[in-house]
Amino acid sequence: MNRNANSQTKRRPPEWWLTLPSFGWMTLFFLVPSALIFLIAFRPALPNGGIDDGWSLAAVKSLFDPSYPLVIWRTIWLSFLCTALCLGIGVPVAYYIARLRPNKRRWVLLLIILPFWSNFLIRILAWQTLLHSEGPVKQLLEFLRIMDPQTTLLYNVWVVLTVLVYTELPFAILPIYAAAEKFDFGLLDAARDLGATQFRAFWTVFLPGIKRGLLTALLVVLIPAFGTYAITDLVGGTQAEMIGNVIARRVLSDKNYPQASALSAALCLVILTPMLIALFTQRQNQRKQDKNGGAAK
Amino acid sequence: MKRSSVPAWVTVFVIIFFYIPTLMLVIQSFNSAKYGGAWQGFTFDWYRKLMHEREVWRAVENSLCVAAYSTFGATVLGTLGAWMLNRYKSKLQGGHYVLMYAPLMVPEILMGISLLMFFVNIGIPLGLPTIILAHITFCISYVCFTVMGRLQDFDDSLIHAAQDLGAKWPTIIWKILLPLLGPGILAGALLAFTLSIDDFVITFFTSGPGSTTLPVYIYSAIKKGSLATINALSVLMMTVTFSIVLISNYFINPKKS
Repeated sequence: MNRNANSQTKRRPPEWWLTLPSFGWMTLFFLVPSALIFLIAFRPALPNGGIDDGWSLAAVKSLFDPSYPLVIWRTIWLSFLCTALCLGIGVPVAYYIARLRPNKRRWVLLLIILPFWSNFLIRILAWQTLLHSEGPVKQLLEFLRIMDPQTTLLYNVWVVLTVLVYTELPFAILPIYAAAEKFDFGLLDAARDLGATQFRAFWTVFLPGIKRGLLTALLVVLIPAFGTYAITDLVGGTQAEMIGNVIARRVLSDKNYPQASALSAALCLVILTPMLIALFTQRQNQRKQDKNGGAAK
Repeated sequence: MKRSSVPAWVTVFVIIFFYIPTLMLVIQSFNSAKYGGAWQGFTFDWYRKLMHEREVWRAVENSLCVAAYSTFGATVLGTLGAWMLNRYKSKLQGGHYVLMYAPLMVPEILMGISLLMFFVNIGIPLGLPTIILAHITFCISYVCFTVMGRLQDFDDSLIHAAQDLGAKWPTIIWKILLPLLGPGILAGALLAFTLSIDDFVITFFTSGPGSTTLPVYIYSAIKKGSLATINALSVLMMTVTFSIVLISNYFINPKKS
């Protein structure tokens, strides 16, 4: 007994000390700065940029600016539509690759990932050159009399959506593919032998089988989409602004740090609250399962 | 049983969708028209001009420096974190896990803004050191979860077996852990390196005068409208990264046929 307790206390220090580096780093450079945002949101702004002493509700009140609901609504629907498109396209692609022979699989996968090894901004720039008023797409559409020369293809929500899907799609394909690769395709044949149609087998057997991959893909696309900044800034123009652009403007041109913090804090809450609830319920379920398992034994 | 041809068609369209903009960029970088308009003849001028732009090479230097430091820092911290998370299931690790996981759930712009506020508040001047601190922070999580993926398949009894046979920790690390976990750690480090080299948003908010990295340089060039040289720069960058990816793909997989 005594010896056991002794070895326990001996084992404890290494855990604590070896956890400290990463734990401490994340606390200092992630947790503290995130908390700081919530604090600065309640500070008054200096007129020439910067943060004044004392406390004020001005920045929080500015959240109810009448121009915000439109931007917030646009951020939400664009992000969700982008995610839906990425999943909708990602599933058939992942299915196709997973059913290829292994040596072919590698090359198709490489073909899909390759363009995304280039810089993020270069990919946006590529779309800008493609859709430029003198670019090939516009020229073609003008030639076919589908578009008149005055309208531009750039600087609207649809370009933003296209480029968003373009940049996020591989990040949706990869986790879905990872799940599909482990999926036992014999199950699909079994379902069809039992009389299910092709579509039904796909819908009731394949999709539930890759649930985890779909969930990962959903998060991996949706979260960055919420914080879109560079895409809207470069190809979106003022009509397609999202929350990220407003935050950036408060920081870069207005230098109103409290207002930028208030907006960031709000965005942070909107994203983190459902995450934390999901994480918490998942843990609770797991604990229940553990308990049940223990009782069964 | 006949398989549907829909997935194959979708895949073909996706690949076309992925490559058309890139192809366009390559073509435009040889176009003598200044603003990337209609074709006006073949030229190498933009590449020649690029060679004489000092700022570009400064930016490349900065990017590589930031990526090297952040990869090292994030790989060490992330691997250690992954090891502890996998080994212990205490309350402390519960908090540790949330701390590691949360940055993946936060859009880049939030991280950039909060770090900017943090640095401004404690009075660290913005520059390369602040960029490196920021990059290490967001790379740690990616390294940690990449390595953890490998650790989950790792059989703990190997260590016990080695210990029973009289191996000391240095031997265990050298003979068992590194060979088995090395690929995972390397994958994490490569991921950290590419994320760091590629990052624009967080870098943009944590950079100061004189610490322009390549993505920040490209951004300001696009904003200024000097597209032609940037097209050439992009093509050069893509050539470099694509060849690295293809070569490493060739070497990593020994089955060459």
